[in-house]
Amino acid sequence: MANIFAFAETRLGELRRAGLEAVTAARRVADQTGGQVHAMLAGGPGIGALAPKLAAHGADVVLVLEGDAYANYNPEVLAATVAARLASGYRAAFFAASAQGHDQVARTAAKCKLPYASDVTEFVFAGDSVTVKHPGYTNKIVQTFVLKAPVAIISLRAGAVLPVENAKAGTVETIAPAIDPATARVKVTSTEAGNRGKLDLGEAPVIIAGGRGLKEAANFALVENLAAAFGNAAVGATRAVTDEGWRPHSDQIGQTGRLVSPDLYVACGISGAIQHLAGMRTSKCIVAINKDKEAPIFKVADYGIVGDVMEVLPALTEAVKAAKAGA
Amino acid sequence: MKIAVCIKRVPDMDVRFKIAPSGLTVDESGLKFDMSDFDGYAVEVAVQITEKLGAGEVTVISLGADNVQETLRKALSIGAHKAVQLKHDAPVSDGYAIATALAAELQGGGYDLVMFGRMAVDTQNRSTGVLTAELLGMPVISAISKLDVENGMVKARRELEGAFELVETSLPAVVTIDEGIARPRYPSLKGIMAAKKKPLEVKPAQLGEQRYVLEKLELPAERAAGRIIGEGKDAVPELVRLLKEEAKVL
Ligand SMILES: Cc1cc2nc3c(=O)[nH]c(=O)nc-3n(C[C@H](O)[C@H](O)[C@H](O)COP(=O)(O)OP(=O)(O)OC[C@H]3O[C@@H](n4cnc5c(N)ncnc54)[C@H](O)[C@@H]3O)c2cc1C
Ligand SMILES: Nc1ncnc2c1ncn2[C@@H]1O[C@H](COP(=O)(O)O)[C@@H](O)[C@H]1O
Repeated sequence: MANIFAFAETRLGELRRAGLEAVTAARRVADQTGGQVHAMLAGGPGIGALAPKLAAHGADVVLVLEGDAYANYNPEVLAATVAARLASGYRAAFFAASAQGHDQVARTAAKCKLPYASDVTEFVFAGDSVTVKHPGYTNKIVQTFVLKAPVAIISLRAGAVLPVENAKAGTVETIAPAIDPATARVKVTSTEAGNRGKLDLGEAPVIIAGGRGLKEAANFALVENLAAAFGNAAVGATRAVTDEGWRPHSDQIGQTGRLVSPDLYVACGISGAIQHLAGMRTSKCIVAINKDKEAPIFKVADYGIVGDVMEVLPALTEAVKAAKAGA
Repeated sequence: MKIAVCIKRVPDMDVRFKIAPSGLTVDESGLKFDMSDFDGYAVEVAVQITEKLGAGEVTVISLGADNVQETLRKALSIGAHKAVQLKHDAPVSDGYAIATALAAELQGGGYDLVMFGRMAVDTQNRSTGVLTAELLGMPVISAISKLDVENGMVKARRELEGAFELVETSLPAVVTIDEGIARPRYPSLKGIMAAKKKPLEVKPAQLGEQRYVLEKLELPAERAAGRIIGEGKDAVPELVRLLKEEAKVL
């Protein structure tokens, strides 16, 4: 039985939800095909302490690459090490379709001389063939592909597979890098996480996004407060906002920003330009707050409130706090 | 400095697409086409580098049918110097196969810097630049929003979700461009006239085997029409009730 590989992404020593999603996906396939799940962790000294979380989500074996050279993302060593691992024979390898994942998986696929299914929302393994779905055309079209490869290399869109606990042995195996880290040509000199400890756009079940209707950077406090009231929310923004420098570019949602699909998306003072919709229209539930009742955002919003964000956001924040306290 | 930029011709996304009867492409009638957003940023960055140096040459490369010549001319009109069409008439979805053809063209071209878009807005594969770099054996930094090229070194900022990395490598190198560095300029009349005289070479694409095969395109289920539940802060209690009881997200 061929085994299934999963790469569990971490950042600055913390496991990302996308990592557990990859392990859960691998478990699902292994249960169907009968192989084992080998989940890999890489990071600075101590990263191996996360192994039990991978075991809890279905890893039979946890491969740990640990050391100072991996405290920041080390693209060349990781790609070489994962590629060497895959060469030993796996049916499939799951990664996160995250910023790191997109970089890492393409490198790995090229080293393995294998095609790569990127940003997948659904997958079906049947005999020799793997069929996947992957949104394209700014998420306006669903593309179905057949992946013809001995090892199916797949990156998963955030939320495509939700983490499920399914405890396995999780035997820890320390692995060595396939190339000497000193020979790496590309060096990540620092990782700056503005929102360390908070959820990020790729993982949060709730996103509160602000647009030009917030009027100035300081008013994003209203958006932050609502996010804090939810407790499981991240803050996003439109390009109008990132262009103004009110929020960093990494917060931008849309055609040229991040593509997200949380359970709940709250659009505050956002007109709903087509390029913005491209990044969030697949959200499960959309709420819009805008003072203009003709704003296009209301066409995609499940629930709309016509009103001033300065007034509605504080009221909504209090109501959400009360609802959370009562729950 | 010799720079190459790989650009893809894509339809304008601000439309309601229809699927062609083949099920494998969009219905192109009435659509406008241009280079993919991030590729436009990449061309602009490349042109700015040569303008700043007062020297150097930007070559734009596109793989596709003859209609990509229009996209290449557009890049020439905003300051690229030379263009190459890697001719292949049928659409290709396997990024690895495309990367193989691009690498074959770039190999031995003596480029100091090779640039890609972070993602093509139609396929959204987000992989062609990194795949090509690996096939060429060149170092690559992907999805960057800041770029400094000085004394043979590349220093870049890479965007993550809610975070960023500072990354370095040395030339020759490959980068893939995110938003944030530069917006493409509009072609001037002078630029458009000059572009007509710039060299555009056509070569057959040496595509790799296609192992990621498009089976069909489909339109996703339409979202149900939205509803406005009320005005001002008085509507908040009803919203909270719906989020709890109907949408079950609270
Ligand atoms: C190639 C290209 C790529 C792009 N990529 C992106 C992208 O990735 N992401 C993106 O977001 N945009 C993108 N854009 C920009 C996009 O076209 C819009 O300009 C942008 O999304 C508008 O942002 P906005 O909704 O914040 O601002 P606006 O369109 O100015 O809307 C502000 C809204 O706030 C409302 N408002 C004002 N005051 C209040 C108040 N007090 N209370 C409540 N509501 C209020 C107004 O009624 C209005 O609807 C792109 C554009 C191009 C050309
Ligand atoms: N047919 C093509 N011709 C030239 N460049 C391409 C082509 N397809 C993709 N690219 C380049 O690869 C980048 C990423 O594309 P993708 O991996 O499909 O998202 C694009 O932004 C282009 O720079």
